[in-house]
Amino acid sequence: MSSDTAKSTTAKPMNWFDRLAHPGQFLIWSRYFVWPLAIIATALFAVGLWYAFFNSPEDYQMGDTVRIMYVHVPNAWLSQFVYVAMAISAVGTLVWRHPLADVSMKAAAPLGAAFTAMALFTGALWGRPTWGTFWEWDGRMTSTLVLFLMYLGLVVLWRSFDDQLRAAKLIAVLTLVGAINIPVIKFSVDWWNTLHQPASVMRAGGPTMPSSILIPLIVMTFAFTFLFALLQVISMRTEILRRRVRALERKSALEGISQ
Amino acid sequence: MSAFFAILTRDIKLTARSFGDLLTLILFFVMIGVIVPFAIGPDKTLLARLAPGIVWIAAFLSSLLALDRLFRADMEDGSLLAFRHATISLETITFAKLIAHWLSSALPLIVATPVLAVMLNMDMTVFWRTIYSLILGTPALTAFGAVGAAITVSLRRGGLIAPVLILPLSVPILIFGVSAISANAGPNAETAAQLFLAGISIVSFVFAPFAAALALKLSQE
Repeated sequence: MSSDTAKSTTAKPMNWFDRLAHPGQFLIWSRYFVWPLAIIATALFAVGLWYAFFNSPEDYQMGDTVRIMYVHVPNAWLSQFVYVAMAISAVGTLVWRHPLADVSMKAAAPLGAAFTAMALFTGALWGRPTWGTFWEWDGRMTSTLVLFLMYLGLVVLWRSFDDQLRAAKLIAVLTLVGAINIPVIKFSVDWWNTLHQPASVMRAGGPTMPSSILIPLIVMTFAFTFLFALLQVISMRTEILRRRVRALERKSALEGISQ
Repeated sequence: MSAFFAILTRDIKLTARSFGDLLTLILFFVMIGVIVPFAIGPDKTLLARLAPGIVWIAAFLSSLLALDRLFRADMEDGSLLAFRHATISLETITFAKLIAHWLSSALPLIVATPVLAVMLNMDMTVFWRTIYSLILGTPALTAFGAVGAAITVSLRRGGLIAPVLILPLSVPILIFGVSAISANAGPNAETAAQLFLAGISIVSFVFAPFAAALALKLSQE
């Protein structure tokens, strides 16, 4: 397994791309990213939550429930951002056979599912007091739901393969097919919604947002994005270590047979 | 070109000889239409209103049922390995197999649609529109299904996973398929839906062989 050649004999000097691609090297340099990312994310959350709870105005119509937005919008943004990250990793897997791209793709799928689930859940919580319903077959909500189902499909697929190297390439194909499809799904759901429903329940555009709301929203968006980066790095490290453990187990099992 | 047609006729002959499979598929399709009235009651006007959706869901589920036999038998008996050494590319072979699969699993469903139309109290114009939209839309179902089937071909329980992967991707087909039928959409929307449906079918039928062939190659590495 290529991911287990970590005991690298540093005979030839590595260029930056090799250092990026090599799982063992990744374990070394990513170690210095975990704590800084955690600190940045925590600081951003502290500032963002303080703004969101104490230093932002109530909406004149929605009251305090407007504060759900500071969690809802960043998660909705990440639900799409993570898929883009996954699609880029998929290109890396198929085109460059980049061993870390596999790992990145695998790590991102459950994270994306979690962020999308959070977006849907907070959306439901927000929808109940403002629109009077937990769920509406609104265009944006429906396409987020479809995206969520796609994430879950990818997670299921990862879990059903034994050979993770083969799985990575096949899942990369599916991820890219999905990425091409997402705009079509989005468009078709909008079309379907306008045909089947009267006026949309979404606020019309949400025109000019006052900066008292916009600043906490931006801070929270960065906080959640850094949270994603942190979790992504940690789960990539975990995945590499997990593969290494599996390879060692296999090796020791083989030695047990040969003795 | 002769190799292309050889694959095409081979696949059709194989389906024709295992007639039981085909019959199961058609029975499944018709039975969904039989089951629904039991679930929602024998109200004829309600059934007529729901009929396009019911027919599309029946076609959807039946095509998912047929997916597994697209590549699995070839994988298991080693034909797929032989295909890789053929004079024509695996993409071309996959394309031929897709056409054969559509002819042997989607076309029979379209032929069986009149049975559903009678039972669900469809009127004549809706019936013809349904047939038309099925002809336009089912190639896309076959194409997406082929990608799913190719990705899961090396899994033993792939038959269960492929539908789960393919369903979210197929949402646009269902939406445009039903919009192309529904009378309340107005004439322009209906034509536009038909055009979109045809567009999705053509594009996906052209690209699916490449994605599916790539997945088949990767499954055998």
